[in-house]
Formats: sequence, structure tokens, C-alpha cells
Amino acid sequence: MMKYVDEFRDPVKAQVLKHEISELVKQIPSAAERPLQIMEFCGGHTHTIFRYGIEQMLPKSIELVHGPGCPVCVLPMGRVDDCVALAERPNVIFTTFGDAMRVPGSKKSLLQAKAEGADVRMVYSPLDSLALARKNPDREVIFFALGFETTMPSSALTVLQAEVEGIKNFSLFCNHITTVPTIKAILDSPDMRLDGFLAPGHVSMVVGEQPFQFITANYNKPIVITGFEPLDILQSIWMVLKQLAENRCEVENQYKRIVPVDGNEPGLDAISKVFELREFFEWRGLGSIDHSGIRMRGEYALYDAEQKFTVPNLKIADPKSCQCGEVLKGVIKPWECKIFGGACTPENPMGALMVSSEGACAAYYNFGNLPELLAKRKATKPEGEAV
Amino acid sequence: MSTSKVTSKQGQADKLYLKDKGKTINMSHGSGGKAMRALIDDVFIKGFSNPILDQLEDQARLSLKELSALGDRLAFTTDSYVVDPLFFPGGDIGTLAVNGTVNDLAAGGAKPLYLSCGFILEEGLPIETLRRVVTSMSQAAAEAGVFIVTGDTKVVNHGSADKLFINTAGIGVINKKVDIAADRAIPGDVIIINGHIGDHGAAIVDARGELALESTIESDCQPLHELVQTMISACDEIHCLRDATRGGIATVLNEFAEASNVGIRLDESAIPIRDEVRGMCEILGLDPLYLANEGKMLAVVPAKHAQTVLAAMRAHKQGEHSAIIGEVVEQPASIVVLQTMFGGERIVDMLVGEQLPRIC
Repeated sequence: MMKYVDEFRDPVKAQVLKHEISELVKQIPSAAERPLQIMEFCGGHTHTIFRYGIEQMLPKSIELVHGPGCPVCVLPMGRVDDCVALAERPNVIFTTFGDAMRVPGSKKSLLQAKAEGADVRMVYSPLDSLALARKNPDREVIFFALGFETTMPSSALTVLQAEVEGIKNFSLFCNHITTVPTIKAILDSPDMRLDGFLAPGHVSMVVGEQPFQFITANYNKPIVITGFEPLDILQSIWMVLKQLAENRCEVENQYKRIVPVDGNEPGLDAISKVFELREFFEWRGLGSIDHSGIRMRGEYALYDAEQKFTVPNLKIADPKSCQCGEVLKGVIKPWECKIFGGACTPENPMGALMVSSEGACAAYYNFGNLPELLAKRKATKPEGEAV
Repeated sequence: MSTSKVTSKQGQADKLYLKDKGKTINMSHGSGGKAMRALIDDVFIKGFSNPILDQLEDQARLSLKELSALGDRLAFTTDSYVVDPLFFPGGDIGTLAVNGTVNDLAAGGAKPLYLSCGFILEEGLPIETLRRVVTSMSQAAAEAGVFIVTGDTKVVNHGSADKLFINTAGIGVINKKVDIAADRAIPGDVIIINGHIGDHGAAIVDARGELALESTIESDCQPLHELVQTMISACDEIHCLRDATRGGIATVLNEFAEASNVGIRLDESAIPIRDEVRGMCEILGLDPLYLANEGKMLAVVPAKHAQTVLAAMRAHKQGEHSAIIGEVVEQPASIVVLQTMFGGERIVDMLVGEQLPRIC
């Protein structure tokens, strides 16, 4: 038994919650007309939902919509091209989290660049990357910084550490993105019909509860800050339903064991010291969203790969056949996309959501046990697949 | 494999390669000349010595009469080993190179008999490292009851290979009564595994030192042919067998489901897995169903024989922790479905991309 993990995966408690969810949803009149749509924003939640098969435990009158919160998935091709260009510079050690290695650029992924000779290395933390810089003073070590507010503090603190130590051969290629403008963009889109949100627990651990208040105030949607274990997810769904049933609309915190009301002050300080908002940032599948991207402040130009080296910075359009945007907003289900499982598979992803295992399409393709999905898999399975 | 065993093995080897100290492989060791001959005599012949190898012909000569007395089909397999690091808790590239090939033979129900062995050495490799690997290969071969009867050595420039790669091929004989194949699973069969999953993959990650874990995880590297013979003796109707190496049990079960055009339902709560391995998977986001094993056999057995086979396996030292982990069903065909511990269901697909490189 693994302490502090198994408690949150207790199948008996899960059955109790499952029953209570089915009872509760009957008290919400609109659920009888059309399924309630609850969006989990975060890719970590999407992963838990599929890994534990939570979707099949819910009544038909609840649909989960899997949001854009997988930073690997929403990275536009042009930025991947920039990564490859940086990695292929002579004398560079390009370091990245492992799941970004397979993301396709317009010509190749980092994994392909590595195969062709670029020095691309997988790290678990930006500090590993800084250690590499320390060990290789004659090489330029670049860390591919990506993720929402969750990973921003560690990127920022690493830059501050490099500054303290006077390490000059370390820089960030900053692709951090922010949560709130993105949720806002989804809520503003005309075909949106969500009924409630599960807010990202790890992001909230940094930013606290306050940034989500606008969702309840301006859009009248309940939102629950949610942890990452399967019982967390079930309980949070129950909490959203409870709000709907009681006609309430609040920011509630299910993940109190981790998320403080005001977030993490030292983390926020480090972020604001090193980073600032970009005017806009391009997302794969969603297009350009104002103030959704983060760049490094001018004072830290020395540690900013974008300023230190030139990057091509070309905009590459998403493939036309891609329906990621509609899937992200819950307008269509992943398997209703024209190219799902055919032209777009986890082996050869065309769209953002097929790229990482936290993307909704990849999750359905890899884990989804639904009749319509199995039929589609069968119909599109290539003959003589190599093993 | 117990820790004390590893330590004592290391102790023996320490003495042996004291005389190699400071000596390294250079290009002349692969040149076909005197240096190569000296290396072969001193390291390989000494390490692997047996009557067939000692004839020192360009090929091993095997008696057909002896082979055909054991069965009616030859089993023939090959595998290359590139594991990084070379040495890890529970084994090394040498034990892998023997047991891996022995297990590929065993999975067909064959009695493993002879191995070949090709080395690719990187210039600059310490000779004591090579001797240590050869010593553990010869121990593993003795343990598995197989002979290394022919071999080859090549040396490449520094940087053209990483330290040491090994290829082994193996020959075994399959008894007349045995008919094991991946396409024989039928609805109603059960799935049995001989113990904890993922130990080898976790041991390699641990040995790479990327995580400072409190407890050491040992590889499950072990020969499985005796266990298989025990299973066959207990039940002559075993439908499928395969050792779950790279890609883990998920990959093998998908191969069974595909080849037999059946569905497989797994019960997550029944799958044996050590807490340390689960813990590591939690931290790194790995799925233990895809983690490599080097001593795990998956069997598909008719339900009516399941308890007999399970009891026979549990009585064997390589199967103490055997468990029934799932069943074969009709639908959905070619798909593996996992009943999660949490009470939900999900598909277990073939692995996309690579979970961990150079694991074996």
C-alpha cells in the first residue's frame, strides 16, 4: 500500500460517490434535456480520467469536455521549429521535458533532430539543465521552458539561481502560457455550451483561488479547484453538480490539502521578477489568444534564448483538416473528427490533441473503451501494422 | 536474484580481473592477429569452455541424433543486447544476453541447448569490464544448463559503439506434444503471470541514478525454461506463452489479442507489482504495464486447468508470486481492456513511441 496515494483511489468510496452523482444529477432539470458539460481544463485531469476509466462511471447525462490544458499539445508548430533550430546550432545542448520530444514541427520533431545529431537531452527539472551548464562551461545549455503557472516558478527560480552563480552559458527558451486568458477565450467563443469547470489543481497551488472568480462573476459558471487522484475528480464533479442543483455559482476548492487560498507567494514573486506577459501568443488548435503567453523581462535578456540567439519565429498554420478547436470547446467528440484515428494517430499526430498522452484525442485513442470508438479504431486500423 | 549472491559474484570477479587492471581493448583486439587470439583464449575460451567450443572450429558442430531424441522441432532465435548501464542490481548485460535468449526459446516450450555469442566492443573498453561480463554470462549459462558453442568479436573505433554490445542466438528443441502459439487463445481461457511486473525496467531507471530512491530495485533477470517445463508437465494444453520483455505485459497481451482475434480483460487489482516499482512509476509518470521484464512469462491457459497450472507455478522458485490476472473474451476482438482498481475501464493499447531507451 502506498501511503497518501491509495487513500485517494479507494474503489469503495468511488462507488459511493458514483451513486451520489447519479442521484444528484436527477435534481438538475436541464440535465434531462441535454447532457451537462463539465470541462476539466488540465491535461493532468484528462490523464487521470482516462487512466482510471472515470468517464464510464458517470451517468449518460454528464459529459466531460477535455480542455486545452496540455501545454505540450497546444504548442504551435512554429515554436517547435524554433526549438529544432536552437537545438541544431553548433555547441548547443538543448534540454527538455521528455513529452515535448515527440511534438511534430513543420519539418521534424526534437526526437528527429536528436537522431540527426543534435544534442537534445531529457531532463526532469530546469535545475538539471543548469547543472549541465555548470558541468559544460564551453557549451550553451538551453532549457525548453513550457507549461502553465505550475512550472513557471521552477523556470524563474532557475534563472535567478544562474544569475546568483554567474552562469553565463545557460538560457531559457520561454514558452510558458497562462491559464486565465485561455479559459476566457473558451468562454467567449460563440459555440461554447459548458455548464461548469474543474480548475487545474497544480496551477491553483501557485496562483490561488482569486484568478478564477471572473468565471463565476462574469460567466455564471460554477468552478471547483480539483486534485489529480481519481477520487478528487469524482468528488469535484459532485461539487459542481451540487452547485448546479442548488443554483449556486462559486469558486470552490476541493484540493484544499495542496491549494492555499492566496497561492504560493514566493513562487509568484519569482514569476513576476523574471517574466512578463506577451501581447498575444499562438496556440495550436485555438489560434492567437491575447495576453496568454509569457516572455522574459528585458533585465534577463542574457538568459533568454530568444534574445541571445536568433530564432526563425515563423508562423505555421494548423493543418486544415484538423478539428482540434471544436473538440477543445466540446462542440464535437474526438472520434467525430474527420481525421481521428485515420490521418491523425498518436504515432503520426496531425492535431494538437493527438500529440501528448494528456491530449484528449490521444487519451481517447489510447484508453477509450466506448463502442463508437472501438468501431472507428477497427475501421481505420492500418493493415499489417508493424509490431 | 538476492543481493548477497550479486556481492559474492562480484567478489570472485574482482580477483579474476585484478590482472586486467588498466588494460583496455584496442583495435588490434579485433584484427584477427595475435592480440585477438590472446583475448579469445584468455577471456572467452576460459570463460565459456565446453567440449564443442573447445574444438575451436569456425562453426559449432551439433549432433542431430542427440537433438532429435528430444523432440521433433528445432527452435531458433536471436536477440541483441545494448542495455545502458552495463551493470545494474540483479544482473548485467551478460546475464541478460543469456537469459533473454533462453527465455525466447522457453516461450515456445523448447528446451534451450546451445547459444552463439557475438561481441561488439568499443575501443577503450577496460578488459576487466569485458571479463566481468563474460564471467556472468558463463555463470548464467551454467545456471540455465546451456552451452555457448560459437562466437565472434569485433572492435570498433571509440565513439562508434557504446562500450559493449552483445548478440546471442539460441537453439532448442520442442517436444512432440507441445503446441504453443500466440494465435491459440480462445474465449474462456485465463491469463497467468509468474510474478511481479516491471522490476527490470524500474531497476534500469534506478541504476541510471536519475532518481535518488531510498530502496534499490533489482532486475528480475532469470531463466524461465524450467518453470515452463513444469507448466507443460502440469498441463499439456497451454495455448500461448511469451516472455514479456520490452513493451511489458501490455505489448504481449496485445500480440495475443491480435493474433488470436479475441479480447482480453485484465483485472488491475490482480496484477502483482512491488510498491517500489509502483512508486517509481507514480513519480515518473510511467505505466508499469509497459515496463520491461526479463524474467516474466505470460501464459494463456484453459480455465479448467488454471488452478493446476497456477499451483505448479507457485511451487517453482521462479513462480512463487504467480497470479491469474485476466481472461480471454470474445469482444471487443483484438483489444485489451483493463478493469481499473478504481472501478472504471480503459483500453490498454500497444505502446506508442518509446517509454525508455536501451533497456535490454
